[in-house]
Amino acid sequence: MDSGHDAALVCRGLVKHYGSGKKLVRAVDGLDLKVQRGECFGLLGPNGAGKTTTIEVLEGLTEPTSGEVQVLGRSWQRDADWLRQRIGVSLQETNLSERLTVEETLRLFVSFYAQGPTIAELLARVSLEEKRDAWYLNLSGGQKQRLAVACALAGDPDILFLDEPTTGLDPQSRRQMWELLRAQKAAQRTILISTHYMEEAERLCDRVAVVDHGKVIALGTPAELIAKLGGGDVVEVTLDADVDLEELRVSSVTSVAVADDGHHYILHVGETHLAVPAVLEKVTHLGRKLVHLTTRSATLEDVFVALTGRHLRD
Amino acid sequence: MRWRLFYREPSTLFWSYGFPLILTIALGIAFRNRPPDPVVLAVATDDGSADQEAIRTALGTLPLVKLRFLTQADAERQLHTGKVDLLLFPRHGDSQRRYLFDPTRPESRTARLLIDDLLQRAAGRADPIVVADSHVTVPGARYIDFLVPGLLGFGLMSSGLWGVGFVIAEMRSKRLLKRLAATPMSRSKFLLSFILTRGFFLLGELPLLLGFAYLLFGVPIRGSLVSLCAVALLGAFVFAGMGMLCATRAPNVQTVGGLINLISMPMMIGSGVFFSPSRFPDVLQPALKVLPLTALNDVLRGIMLDGAGLSDLAMPLVILSAWGAVAFALALWLFRWR
Repeated sequence: MDSGHDAALVCRGLVKHYGSGKKLVRAVDGLDLKVQRGECFGLLGPNGAGKTTTIEVLEGLTEPTSGEVQVLGRSWQRDADWLRQRIGVSLQETNLSERLTVEETLRLFVSFYAQGPTIAELLARVSLEEKRDAWYLNLSGGQKQRLAVACALAGDPDILFLDEPTTGLDPQSRRQMWELLRAQKAAQRTILISTHYMEEAERLCDRVAVVDHGKVIALGTPAELIAKLGGGDVVEVTLDADVDLEELRVSSVTSVAVADDGHHYILHVGETHLAVPAVLEKVTHLGRKLVHLTTRSATLEDVFVALTGRHLRD
Repeated sequence: MRWRLFYREPSTLFWSYGFPLILTIALGIAFRNRPPDPVVLAVATDDGSADQEAIRTALGTLPLVKLRFLTQADAERQLHTGKVDLLLFPRHGDSQRRYLFDPTRPESRTARLLIDDLLQRAAGRADPIVVADSHVTVPGARYIDFLVPGLLGFGLMSSGLWGVGFVIAEMRSKRLLKRLAATPMSRSKFLLSFILTRGFFLLGELPLLLGFAYLLFGVPIRGSLVSLCAVALLGAFVFAGMGMLCATRAPNVQTVGGLINLISMPMMIGSGVFFSPSRFPDVLQPALKVLPLTALNDVLRGIMLDGAGLSDLAMPLVILSAWGAVAFALALWLFRWR
């Protein structure tokens, strides 16, 4: 096992409770994490899973109830000033000052750090050069998010924390953001992203921790996690009536699950070209009619559903 | 950064500069110096017509007296609603002339003295001592003179509490405070910047308000201008500190707004902005005297109207500074960045 000092982020048994007695909220309930330097790590989970609380503890904005947290080998209690110079943060739903221009906002953030890129460089990195003199309140959602990332990059940080960087953005803005983040990845920065979009985690992250109810329920690269489902493909069938799950476990089908909306079954299969004919044959044999059939690749969403029975976005 | 945020926010501009100005102008006009109003005298017409004529002859042509001949019922009604200052029942048979009035109304008291004086002299009274009247109207004792320092104090309180308290609470609710907390920004410098910009804005507010008051109404500044500016600066800082204290924990603008109102309303009424706090019952006086706005107003009035020096006003200055020091200390200790 590598020593803690090589890792960029370490959490051991992190617990964060809010309130007490009847109103006790266990936001984070025993979370372990280790993020290596230079990797892009994802926290994937639905809203309320404890992702934001975990990130805020790692950013030094919240104190944990118990558990050990190390960032770049240091602790927040002792080395807060040192750490703040070396991290960059983009919060969920940040609103920056509305009547400052983009340039003025960046100038403010750049002024906090001992060293880092120039304002021109930052603007170029997030493609906001044209909006240099625009007021914050006149920016689009995507532009505001890009500015938030630029502010996070203001001190040339060793670790970049991004909490839900593309929530609420239209698909095009989302893609633009992913391009931006890929460029940061290429620059060997350690990045921690928290998200509830499985596509985001799959595309950007080297490793993903699936989080639910304040705990990590699965950890690995996206490919590893999907492979654990027992097959990289999914066949979804909708029938006209219910059937026994076991009946559908035909050739190459590794697991069967029922989806919420009636007579809808999700089959994880190893090889689609073998599974589909076998399923169709079984359906006819059972005297049922096929209403709908879809085949696709397995995603992290399927991983989550398999682990918890719920969807990432409920 | 703070300066730009200020002048680009139209509502702040209005409340800090425009509002005190408009208030001063409006109240100054309403309470402006006017020549004395005529006394309104009602004479009951129910009986005693001979005496009525005597009264009409004596008073009818005087510009200072407005005569109304009404029935007793009408006259009493007008007296009760303040339309008439004094009611006179003329002599009838054996009865004397009788005055009916409310002695707690200054206008009625004046009317009673004036009218009787006029009627007695018309009937032939001779005054043993001869006197002469000289009129002088000097600024300093008018309502507008009392009001302007009070409004200045009130303006300093409002812009301190709202300008700092409200802004900080808004930053907290927009998570901007949290975002800044994640940077290496020095937290004490951040809070200090609010104080400094308050002082900066004051340089604009103060000449504007005082200049207006002087030019339009002739409100004097008898004491040292330097002292006045220094005290205004102190007042701005103290209330900025109190605004900061209000915003230390408030999670949103509604909470902080409620808190600021809670603090500023009693002072708006009891600290001598619009009228002297001595009008309140004696039992309240010690409490009122110790309020920060009262202290500030006392000092401002002392300098502007009495021409007092800072050493004469040591007590209220100490009270004011104490409020500031305690507010800052508590704010720094209690401030929450989340």
